[in-house]
Amino acid sequence: MRWLPEHPNWRTHLRELSHQKADIWANAVALANHRLDFVRTNALDTTIRHRYEATVPPQTATRPVRLAILASSTVAHLHAPIRVGGLRRNIWITTYESGFGQYVQELLDPASSLHAFKPDCILFALDSRHLAQGAHAAMSADDAAAALQEAQALILRCWRAAKQTFNGQIIQQALLDPFPPLMGSNEHRLPGSRSRFIARLNESLREMADADGVDLLALDQAADRDGLTAWHDTALWHRAKQEVSPARGPIYGDMVARLIAARQGRSYKCLVLDLDNTLWGGVIGDDGMEGIIIGQGSPLGEAFVAVQEYAKELARRGVILAVCSKNDEANARAPFESHPDMVLRLSDIACFRANWDDKPANIRAIAAALNIGLDSLVFLDDNPFERDFVRTELPMVAVPEISDDPADVPQLLAEAGYFESLAITDEDRERTTQYQENRAREQLRAGASDLEGYLRGLQMRMVWKHFDALGLQRIVQLINKTNQFNLTTRRHTESEIMGFIADPAAFGLQLRLLDRFGDNGIIAIVIGRTQSPGTVLIDTWLMSCRVLGRQVEATTLNLVVAAARSLRAHTLLGEYIPTAKNLMVKDHYESLGFSVVSRDPDGSSLASLDLDNFSSLPTFIETIEG
Amino acid sequence: MTHPANQEAIYAALTEIFNEVFMRDDMQLQPALGAKDVPGWDSFKQIEIMVSVEERFNIKLNTREIDSLRCVGDLADVVARKAQNLA
Repeated sequence: MRWLPEHPNWRTHLRELSHQKADIWANAVALANHRLDFVRTNALDTTIRHRYEATVPPQTATRPVRLAILASSTVAHLHAPIRVGGLRRNIWITTYESGFGQYVQELLDPASSLHAFKPDCILFALDSRHLAQGAHAAMSADDAAAALQEAQALILRCWRAAKQTFNGQIIQQALLDPFPPLMGSNEHRLPGSRSRFIARLNESLREMADADGVDLLALDQAADRDGLTAWHDTALWHRAKQEVSPARGPIYGDMVARLIAARQGRSYKCLVLDLDNTLWGGVIGDDGMEGIIIGQGSPLGEAFVAVQEYAKELARRGVILAVCSKNDEANARAPFESHPDMVLRLSDIACFRANWDDKPANIRAIAAALNIGLDSLVFLDDNPFERDFVRTELPMVAVPEISDDPADVPQLLAEAGYFESLAITDEDRERTTQYQENRAREQLRAGASDLEGYLRGLQMRMVWKHFDALGLQRIVQLINKTNQFNLTTRRHTESEIMGFIADPAAFGLQLRLLDRFGDNGIIAIVIGRTQSPGTVLIDTWLMSCRVLGRQVEATTLNLVVAAARSLRAHTLLGEYIPTAKNLMVKDHYESLGFSVVSRDPDGSSLASLDLDNFSSLPTFIETIEG
Repeated sequence: MTHPANQEAIYAALTEIFNEVFMRDDMQLQPALGAKDVPGWDSFKQIEIMVSVEERFNIKLNTREIDSLRCVGDLADVVARKAQNLA
């Protein structure tokens, strides 16, 4: 975990943590964000579990996650790393492990301790020797194919049994290949080769997982990168049946936690780039356009091109790019505008901050301008002082340790897994364009003398549709990653959404906003269901923060009221459930004219709207059924 | 016979490792110290110790060596035999 900084004073800090009277969660999160080997990972986990034996820490980013590990060999050494991986992301994970060799029985037996545990995430960690036991070198091609099918069928049975019983994420570990080849380079010509068996199974796992909505934990890719012996120690396999070497435990745990975090909408969203000696060599203010090192002709210049290319590829798949640099703005912009060897252009950057303010201040400004949380930013800077400054001032921002050699940066960013993603939608691919259109809107707002003139000038159209199969992926993505403008933060799986579509007493609305600058994409989701005859409860109301302040809320309410009335409702109930991130919608329903029915000490509240006396709220948005 | 200065360096490094593994700061390592003498020294901790030793001294213990470990003295002997750089 070379992207995390070393802790200068680990043991003292850990001891302080265990003696601290006040809540230790935030300090523990900070400790977890250092380079920890597996001994330190275990020590931190022991300390944390000792403190929160029966309770859940108060300030986590998401609801607690209950993870069941269904394994065919020893995984006891991986619990602590997984929990610390969660801790690193401000997520509280409780783990459970099936009895030795009992994973199938426990899945199928409603009286098993697995069922009593009530997992909301299941990790299948089946080891290679277990799955490849049906293959041997004397097999015919047909027999080998049959053995492979048997292993695939076993895995599918497990997934489906898990899906039938539990709601939530299913993670399948791809397989390490610990089998020494029997033929050599042309091993693929031996049908019954176990090594070949694993390769084919890994390949087919991808398609199977896509079809079944399962997320893969790509141990095979990790072993390709690090070498099998880094991940698998044959001596430890013989001694303790540990397939994953304890030394790799921390990274294994981090990889699992990334998948859990991604499912909860907790992956990082934006890469903030320093300029001098991060995107090019040299200092633009001193060296000028001719002096900076970028482009073909020098190894260093090519390495910086590779950094820019990696950033551009990330942007193409939905990661937002921003610039934060200590420079005169005109100097900083010049290479983006006219240096022939630059890969990144101004159009790739959603927010550009070059000035002489300190970096924490600029990073705050970037988060505010993009309307995303500080904890979704990754800050890349070659300067150790700036990295340390940002870590101290803004501990929620991820700041990878990088050397002064740009050649290593793309691989390091990838290994750190900040931007772990589970699916790609059209919205992801168009994100940069959408942020640019937002800039044009901001300029219009700055030019308009009054809000009304601005909103009218936008020529907004809201296209609304009931949930449908076509929009399913985007609906699930929004439901699982929207944190700020989200009244209840209820995460729903694909099958639950299908349930809402099929339910005649419920409705799901997907809302798209267009204006004269372009298509904002699906920006709001509302789910309502009949709670009792005449009363509809809003189960979910969420909105993209990009369209705040544009009367989308009022327009949405008009549509929700129409949908509720079509279910013969006279009362509409709205719920607010507070989280660490959704304070902004605390008074959402009141501001739309609901009256508060009840308020709980934990901050949650219920509000109601009388539909018989409701008349549509006036807005400048035209609504169109899509 | 291991040079006394090396012996000292090995025990210093092992003490450091044992303190980390058992989350203590008062471990006194004697050659005869074994699992039964230390509360919490189970097979899980045993693996933590071995992997830490391998990383610290940049060595690899083979299956026979692991099987023959009975006490701290055995571990120090293996390290003395295999480690190139004790500093």
